[in-house]
Amino acid sequence: MPAGVGRTVEDLRLVNLTKQFGVSKAVDDLSITISAGSFFALLGASGCGKTTTLRMVAGLEDPTSGQVFIGEQDVTDLRAFQRPVNTVFQSYALFPHLDIFENVAFGLRRRGIKDVDAQVNTMLDLVELSALARRKPSQLSGGQQQRVAVARALINQPDVLLLDEPLGALDLKLRRQMQIELKRIQSEVGTTFVHVTHDQEEAMTMADTVAVMNAGRIEQMGHPADVYEMPRTIFVANFLGQSNLIQGTLASFGDVVEVAAFGLSFKMPSQRNVAPGHSVVVGVRPEKITVLDAHDETKLPSTHNRIYGTVTDVSYTGVSTQYLVETPWEQSIIAFEQNSIVGDRCELGDPVVLGWAPEHTFGLDPAEGIHAGLDRAVLELESDTEA
Amino acid sequence: MAPIAPAASVAPSAAEGSKKRSRIAYFLLIPGLAWLSIFFVIPLVTLFITSLQTESTRRPGTYVPGFQISNYTDALAEYWPQFVRSFVYAGLATAFALVIAYPLAYFIAFKAGNWRSLMLVLVVAPSFASFLLRTYAWKTILADDGPVTSALNTLHVLPDGRILNTGIAVVAGLTYNFLPFMVLPLYASLDKIDYRLIEAGNDLYGSPQQVFRKVTWPLSMPGVVAGTLLTFIPAAGDFINAELLGSTKDKMIGNVIQTNFIEFRDYPTASALSFSLMAAILILVLTYIRRSGTEDLV
Repeated sequence: MPAGVGRTVEDLRLVNLTKQFGVSKAVDDLSITISAGSFFALLGASGCGKTTTLRMVAGLEDPTSGQVFIGEQDVTDLRAFQRPVNTVFQSYALFPHLDIFENVAFGLRRRGIKDVDAQVNTMLDLVELSALARRKPSQLSGGQQQRVAVARALINQPDVLLLDEPLGALDLKLRRQMQIELKRIQSEVGTTFVHVTHDQEEAMTMADTVAVMNAGRIEQMGHPADVYEMPRTIFVANFLGQSNLIQGTLASFGDVVEVAAFGLSFKMPSQRNVAPGHSVVVGVRPEKITVLDAHDETKLPSTHNRIYGTVTDVSYTGVSTQYLVETPWEQSIIAFEQNSIVGDRCELGDPVVLGWAPEHTFGLDPAEGIHAGLDRAVLELESDTEA
Repeated sequence: MAPIAPAASVAPSAAEGSKKRSRIAYFLLIPGLAWLSIFFVIPLVTLFITSLQTESTRRPGTYVPGFQISNYTDALAEYWPQFVRSFVYAGLATAFALVIAYPLAYFIAFKAGNWRSLMLVLVVAPSFASFLLRTYAWKTILADDGPVTSALNTLHVLPDGRILNTGIAVVAGLTYNFLPFMVLPLYASLDKIDYRLIEAGNDLYGSPQQVFRKVTWPLSMPGVVAGTLLTFIPAAGDFINAELLGSTKDKMIGNVIQTNFIEFRDYPTASALSFSLMAAILILVLTYIRRSGTEDLV
């Protein structure tokens, strides 16, 4: 029967999982192993198949093909109520006719557990809601409802806790708070968390493994820092944070790869280049770039890659200054500079040189097009999360 | 149908205790108040006065104002079987309607998909034909040589060997005629249930039966209460079904009132019966609403 009573958490394994809606594949041949006790984030734009994946793990959606394993057990054919998995729903889905205590006790009662009081109270303590046990969900704030939803799922000690955009309905400040809270709860109970989100910052701050999903497939998976520092596809480079991407051609290779573009040459260690052919997209993250007045070019280390251009926009954000620099080939390059420099900042119209280390450069396969991961929906979502 | 008016209008207006007392809001009440006072309060007062009239000593058969409480006691003493029968028939019809309507409303709300609108139209469609006409049609359907009776007779399940002119026919007619009043409120409250709540129930180890008992059913209670009231109240006062489908042994209180008014011209008795029916329904409904405890449901 469900839920590890002895607290032996198991790996979650998806094998060739596919879900087809009509002609479109929402989830396309997905195979991943999520190790026990990890905090795993599935990151992607809306419609990328992340929620469908989650629902197939929960048993709320039947896969077209493929299997779901929890440990050695194949749960693919088990119904939702037979799986040792619980979900924190996007809008919490708290039972409006039951008070907080009964909402949290729901899972235990359905399994015929008699003495639920102690367990429910412990769980309410964990989420700091003991004082509100007899309130109805509608009398709680969004953040409190969110914690009830977590408590209601966790009390069952599931092997896997699924979180479907659990913080989407909260305002920014509360969301930050809940991110820390969820992280704390996760490390306290040790359950595997699978967190679905479109918020890349949320995914990176909370998860120990991030999987970027696009069109039903996983584009890249790994530790947030690794995925961020070395994106392997244009989609990931654009979707997870921001990237400057420049189209070029391979000029020389060896331990260091050299790419020529617009009369300039960009170097990077060969293992940072994943482009299979001669055509290479050179990428660099905005915060890796040093912005210098053109006269001060000599201050750049000689090994640095560099681009010359004119400042077209400067915005001071407190922590950093964001520059937009137009290159001679009319591409805008974004650069973030920490406001830790003593002296003048570059100003609008200044001729500047942009420099960055080869170790911060990455080379990508141009096949998916330089705007992959930058569609309008994504841009809107980004501006939403920034607002 | 008249007795339902105050009960039905109390529920929504009491809920909206608007804090900003805008005068315009009161103007909005005028048409409704005017309508109800002319066509409900005044007739009600007249009815009450009539119910206490005494027979004129000079001209027998006519009535003069009085304070004849025995109109009530006599009427109830004479017609209590019809009273009881009315509530039994209305109760049975309500129960059957609930049993038929709940799965139907559930299907329309959760499973019908694109067919939802069509199915709702089909539920209401019979009402486009007149109530009387539809009840006459049931006479044919349930006739002694009709298909239903013949079929059931081959199975030997009918106690009297017939349906028409028995209580079964009356209850069947009531169930049929008031079914839409059960389906629509049920549909409305089932449709309002967020399907994710049902999924959450399944996710939290509730088997389909448990989720129905603990989530779907309690959340549909407002619809159940509204549907049973909208079925029970008019069914208890109905006389057409008993008139057309029942025998003289199956008369309901509506028939008695009708006969006293139209045939015997015994207005005080008819009025006393009407008032008693209204009071009985009001008490039943209030107890029912109190006990079903739906007030804190969203």
